[in-house]
Amino acid sequence: MLLIDRFFSILFDTVFDVLPILGILLGFQLFVLKQKIPNFKKVATGFAFVLVGLAFFLQGLEQTLFPIGRLMAEQLTHPEFIFGKEMIGEFEFSWQDYYWVYIFAFAIGFSTTIAEPSLLAVAIKAQEVSGGAIGTWGLRIAVALGVAIGISLGTFRIVTGYPIHWFIIAGYIVVVFQTFYAPRMIVPLAYDSGGVTTSTVTVPLVAALGLGLAETVPGRSALIDGFGLIAFASLFPIMSVMAYAQIAEYRSLKQQRLMAENRPDSD
Amino acid sequence: MNSPIIALFHSMVSSLRDLLPIIVVIAFFQLFVLQQPLPNMIDLLVGTFFVVLGLTFFIYGLEMGLFPIGESMAYAFAKKGSVLWLLLFAFALGFGTTIAEPALIAVSNEASKVAAAAGAIGNSPQAMSSYADGLRLTVAFSVGFAIVLGVFRIIKGWPIHWFIIGGYILVDVMTGFAPEEIIGIAYDSGGVTTSTITVPLVTALGVGLASSIKGRNPMIDGFGLIAFASLTPMIFVMAYGMVI
Repeated sequence: MLLIDRFFSILFDTVFDVLPILGILLGFQLFVLKQKIPNFKKVATGFAFVLVGLAFFLQGLEQTLFPIGRLMAEQLTHPEFIFGKEMIGEFEFSWQDYYWVYIFAFAIGFSTTIAEPSLLAVAIKAQEVSGGAIGTWGLRIAVALGVAIGISLGTFRIVTGYPIHWFIIAGYIVVVFQTFYAPRMIVPLAYDSGGVTTSTVTVPLVAALGLGLAETVPGRSALIDGFGLIAFASLFPIMSVMAYAQIAEYRSLKQQRLMAENRPDSD
Repeated sequence: MNSPIIALFHSMVSSLRDLLPIIVVIAFFQLFVLQQPLPNMIDLLVGTFFVVLGLTFFIYGLEMGLFPIGESMAYAFAKKGSVLWLLLFAFALGFGTTIAEPALIAVSNEASKVAAAAGAIGNSPQAMSSYADGLRLTVAFSVGFAIVLGVFRIIKGWPIHWFIIGGYILVDVMTGFAPEEIIGIAYDSGGVTTSTITVPLVTALGVGLASSIKGRNPMIDGFGLIAFASLTPMIFVMAYGMVI
């Protein structure tokens, strides 16, 4: 019974969040464009599916992934797990002690990004628009790798306490360089994939990991060092998606060259 | 006819495949690294089933409702030819979807605590809630502005990277002047603004616009709205931190 109550309260919240969007869409459609909505029944059914789907999705996450993910973040960052049992009070530590945290950050960043619904939406559109040149899986794996690298680097930053803007500014410089060398077609999509990675699934888990780390690592403050993981998770996919396109282009060029070289022999 | 049911079943299988990595990661760390049993197996199974079902319904509804409405409105605006209304629509969409975003509400409340602890504002609940509201409005306004700018760029066909690079330079310069405690929040606020419903709508709008305007390539010009929406909040939030 509790389950059903909870489901309806989440559904209600979701509907409430969507109301402003629905109002804007309807208002402009009816009063500015002065048009009926084409395929009204189909669109309405689609909206209903989206809402019910999101509610199920969120309830499922709340029941499984979030509590267990938070618990794991807590346990993995706990000094007892990292230094063994007897360490209390003042002590020296090196950033290598936290290796399980980096591995966990990488793995959870990758796997939650694969399941991120907004990324899937963009990947579907990209495949459609590019006529299949950019596959949904290629894009999703490239983005997921970027998020994984970003988050594990972000946890490294929290452990070491280096200022966040060094990393972000260095990242920007790499992005700018890549922009001029990457295939032109991929650039806007790469920029977009930075923003879509961090929504429903990734943010709560990553935030828990960051806050847990900042609270337990000696000398860090949760307020100043706990933030910033999401920024890492939105910067690195830009690089990895452009790198993915660069590698794909390089390989197809190489193949063309090989074929051009081989042709005289085979004739 | 049972073909829709088969289609739904197929998409459930692919949703399950999407979630498999998370299950593997959690199980591995829980059992082998932390060496602890999984709590509440039944709850976990039911929850996982819900996530699979939810993802399936979401994707199904996306292609049926959200994508078509976003694109058909883009076409209708392009046919109507009124840039002013289109930009107004873009602003409303960006502002309206962001102001109600739960993640943003959470982050701005968190930020007001940080600001109060750093002494930038008073420690009273009123001061903190007015700071949080101000931050929310700032971010929502910046996303509205971003979508307007992005739509304008699609109409004009300007290359996106000049905007992004310009934005980066602005972020870098402002980082030097903004109060330290706002920087982490500002950088994060770029990521939290784009929700699961906004992204498909905005993507469909951009791609639809780019394919209905002559001389625009949907691949080169259609994407990029979300990039703008995640860049401008950083700039505006740092500005907010500098002004307050």
